[in-house]
Amino acid sequence: MLAPGFADPVHDAQGTFRAVMDALARPGLPQRLDAGPNPPAPLTPELAAIALALTDADTPVWLDADLAASSEVAAYLRFHTGAPLTEDPARAAFALIRDPARCPPLARFAQGTPAYPDTSTTLVLALDAIASEAGLRLIGPGIDGTARIALSPLPDSFVAQLAENRAGFPLGVDLILTAPGRVAGLPRSTAVTEG
Amino acid sequence: MSAMGMLPRDGGAPDGAQVPSPVRERDRVRDAPYPERPDPSPQPSPERERAPGASEAGEAGYNFAYLDEGTKRMIRRAILKAIAVPGYQVPFASREMPMPYGWGTGGVQVTAAILGRADVLKVIDQGADDTTNAVSIRRFFARTSGIATTTRTTAATIIQTRHRIPETPLREGQILVYQVPIPEPLRFLEPRETETRQLHALAEYGAMHVKLYEDISRHGHIATTYAYPVEVAGRYVMDPSPTPKFDNPKMDQSPALQLFGAGRERRIYAVPPYTSVRSLDFEDHPFRVQEFTEPCALCGASGHYLDEVVTDDSGGRMYVCSDTDICETRVAEAAR
Amino acid sequence: MYVAVKGGEAAIDNAHRLLAEARRGDPAVPELTVAQIREQMALLVDRVMAEGSLYDPDLAALALKQARGDVVEAVFLVRAYRTTLPRFGASAPVDTGAMAVARRVSATFKDLPGGQVLGPTFDYTHRLIDFALAAEGAVEPAAEAEPRDDAGTCPRVTDLLAQDGLIEPSPPDDGAPVGDLTREPVDYPADRALRLQALARGDEGFVLGLGYSTQRGYGRTHPFVGEIRVGEVAVTFVPEELGFPVPLGRIRLTECQMVNQFKGSGAAPPQFTRGYGLTFGQSERKAMAMALVDRALRAEELGEPVASPAQDQEFVLAHCDSLQATGFVEHLKLPHYVDFQAELELVRRLRAEFFRDSDSMQEAAE
Repeated sequence: MLAPGFADPVHDAQGTFRAVMDALARPGLPQRLDAGPNPPAPLTPELAAIALALTDADTPVWLDADLAASSEVAAYLRFHTGAPLTEDPARAAFALIRDPARCPPLARFAQGTPAYPDTSTTLVLALDAIASEAGLRLIGPGIDGTARIALSPLPDSFVAQLAENRAGFPLGVDLILTAPGRVAGLPRSTAVTEG
Repeated sequence: MSAMGMLPRDGGAPDGAQVPSPVRERDRVRDAPYPERPDPSPQPSPERERAPGASEAGEAGYNFAYLDEGTKRMIRRAILKAIAVPGYQVPFASREMPMPYGWGTGGVQVTAAILGRADVLKVIDQGADDTTNAVSIRRFFARTSGIATTTRTTAATIIQTRHRIPETPLREGQILVYQVPIPEPLRFLEPRETETRQLHALAEYGAMHVKLYEDISRHGHIATTYAYPVEVAGRYVMDPSPTPKFDNPKMDQSPALQLFGAGRERRIYAVPPYTSVRSLDFEDHPFRVQEFTEPCALCGASGHYLDEVVTDDSGGRMYVCSDTDICETRVAEAAR
Repeated sequence: MYVAVKGGEAAIDNAHRLLAEARRGDPAVPELTVAQIREQMALLVDRVMAEGSLYDPDLAALALKQARGDVVEAVFLVRAYRTTLPRFGASAPVDTGAMAVARRVSATFKDLPGGQVLGPTFDYTHRLIDFALAAEGAVEPAAEAEPRDDAGTCPRVTDLLAQDGLIEPSPPDDGAPVGDLTREPVDYPADRALRLQALARGDEGFVLGLGYSTQRGYGRTHPFVGEIRVGEVAVTFVPEELGFPVPLGRIRLTECQMVNQFKGSGAAPPQFTRGYGLTFGQSERKAMAMALVDRALRAEELGEPVASPAQDQEFVLAHCDSLQATGFVEHLKLPHYVDFQAELELVRRLRAEFFRDSDSMQEAAE
């Protein structure tokens, strides 16, 4: 038996989207994400909610090694979203990352093109915890002055990779960070430095 | 008074009719002699109201907020990318809506994609809640989503607009959705999409500066009074939609999220909150907004954008607020 | 005291009721049925289906009734309905070579396998108002066609030419996914399939005018009507889970294959080239104009200079859709007084400066 998706597909998808939209519009300000679905492990409810809300047959999805190892996860996503799974990160519209420590370099994902920078990958990462008002320092659109955000775990060289990602603006990937019950956004427009 | 006298004073309201407001004649449409009929709508609650007949579930036979879920997902993805690249126009597969292209289909699609049950929607056209197209769009959402609508800028979570930004400062958490006819700020300099796309890719905006400077050399002023181009977050030059340049400063560092939808031209773009929006100008000719020499004839406010109303056929004029909500609120406060 | 009226909603309701009354017209005259429109205004129904991109004669007829006979408005109704329908996929390509032809004419050969079949056509009628029609009389039954030896075989003229290599081959099916401009915004340059989709949905008057312009020298294509055929074809669909084609039904189409002179280029030998037109229902004018514009839009591909409107795909594709055009033209009747106020202020200021300057020049002269 496949685990069910959203209990209320229309309004749960809307609520998830709004949380993600607000998170990307206000980097460094985590939003509440009441994730409905109860997906097969190791997919987290937050990753599942975002996948269900935003992916479909038009969006190739890349899964990290942890998620790709589970045939149940692939079956769950295929059934509920209809999204094609891809093994090539450079072709992915969305990438779901369960284990941020083993996330491929950001530069390996689709970066968009100068004419169409929107064709870059959106990465959705599952973290253990996200806290604001401490940690990394953020500057950019959506931020009143500066904001701070603490991510755990913080993958190696993550800050350097984010700096490189920002330097390529308007090209670059956008990050949606999740933790239990929360979502935060790090769009490519945000400049991130160590606190 | 002409045939207009036959109309009930606050006609179709459920639109914040609690304030017994002197509102100006907005629509020539009303010059036609309509048959009088009783107002069937229930008394509205003070700030939020449902359209007559609208249920929680919205119009039977259509999805919540009209669009199917696949279309909403597609628009939502475009909105996220638009927010990530402020001022860049994201192409999207605009759908045929049950209202004409050019009448707000882009704004309607954006609003439909973001709208949730808890939202309170305000729709304005020319700054006013009671213009026919604003009424039509507000009614569309009330019918298809059953959500609450309002005329109060402060009570709204989402404000869809054509041609104005409310005078009341917006706050964090509010979303302003603009209806955009021509999203490409370079279109009148270069009609070809293939060319303008390259110019944006290269951030090659010299032609726009040359055009503005030609105005100065010919007229002594920049002769662009609305849809005045802006630079967003130091990168993309963006069309703010045909708002008067008077409203441009309100876009800069606004606490509200600003989303722009162009249905016919199939583009969505965005300005996140707290983002720099700079009106293009020159050191020797800095950007300036329109100034009105007299205050609003109804509420007495100065510093608001005013409509010029022709009061007779011998040159009589009066100036009144284009933003009906703030004007009515001020009149009501003064009467108290 | 200046008082204006708040009545947007009441005004709209009242306008809609007036519209319903005007739509019905004089109640003493019997009301049209949808079936009457479908059967007796068939070419109008065909046009609404073609530009509405939806093959449903009853729905198109109903839309025409609702729209008081306004074609663009009826197309609008059909399109807005179409956009709410789930999309299952693309049908298998229809085979117009296997069409059951009701009409088939060629301007390039006097006779050919399958023959010239005039069918129901206005061609060669004298355009004299037939007052007998006002009397609502019965029509004489049409003559039965005499059977021909080659009846049932009706090869395309372009296929006959292709046997000798005199015409460029029909582009092969490369198996690429079928583009759909209703699902993806057009990314210029658009390929030929997308251009044809845009033209098929395009406004008949606009496409006709553009096609005409190529004949008058704005992007000449030296066209000959290889063939026009009107008739029914079978539509089949291959469901993913079955893997074989399932018949969905039959639709009436008009196909025009235009044969155009081509002197050859460095890479291609001299040979005839093709312009293609296909529409729902019977619409020869549209199919022919579409074929002319299709060929004109291939200018770049064939190494010809792109200098005329009909050859410019951004111009043609961005402006051929009647709904986009009518929406944006008609939106000018929406209020624009906020913008107009901004312009008023500027014009007043510029005028004041103009007269001040001319006054001071006059003073200087005196």
